[in-house]
Amino acid sequence: MSGESWNLFLMFGFFVVILLAAGLYCILITRNLLRAVIGIELLVKAATLLLIIIGYVTGKTALTQSFVITIIVIEVVLAAIAGGIALRVYRHNNTLDTHLLRRLRG
Amino acid sequence: MNIDIILLVLMTLAALWTVMGRSLLKATIGLAVTSAIITILMFRLDSPMAAVFELSVCTGLMTVIFVSTISLTKPLTHKEVVALSKARMKRFWYLPLILILLGAGLSLIKLPNYFAETVISGIPQDMRQVLWNSRQLDIFGQIIIIIAGALGVVILFEERRKDEW
Repeated sequence: MSGESWNLFLMFGFFVVILLAAGLYCILITRNLLRAVIGIELLVKAATLLLIIIGYVTGKTALTQSFVITIIVIEVVLAAIAGGIALRVYRHNNTLDTHLLRRLRG
Repeated sequence: MNIDIILLVLMTLAALWTVMGRSLLKATIGLAVTSAIITILMFRLDSPMAAVFELSVCTGLMTVIFVSTISLTKPLTHKEVVALSKARMKRFWYLPLILILLGAGLSLIKLPNYFAETVISGIPQDMRQVLWNSRQLDIFGQIIIIIAGALGVVILFEERRKDEW
């Protein structure tokens, strides 16, 4: 790989790490179920961007695009199911605050 | 290169707005903006098919899912949101500090160029050929996941009758 490609990879890598950190921070500090799902989505987006830039610098964009499409399908199903679960939790407990969900506590 | 940097900075700002914003609806819009900027980056990085998927599914469909879920739940009052936000800032003040220290530590490590010797041969250059010929199992997996997701949504979002409660 040429030096220019490597520099491009490092530049994108830096911002991917920030995106990962933002997603992790969102999951760690929140008590809202929906906001936790948003944090997971940010993590997935970071992984997607990393795959795309790796495909670009190695010249294998076809392979990485097929991976990314699979990831996107899984991501949207995850969002739909997680949204449905959050809705059910809200209907049962009248809150989305994870600290107040004590019914499943053993 | 310069446009890439501007787009990456915008993407980071949108992601930070998503995380730090108090309103859940604004966080959803921030996620959609992040996704839209990633779409532009994908177009610029020779991945148009993935970009189209990202734009239609992640920016469009997912925003609809989140907004519909938020509209079906009762939001917290402004006072409650401010109190919760202040409490969590107080509890997790050290997390950004750890992140900055970690970033500074990682920047001191010189990464070797691992990709220099990576040679993958025999992979078609067309994405459709890869997806339909080389990675057929992924397609089956996607179909199963979509069916499972559709069933899950039907069951989870259905309105229960009053006598069942």
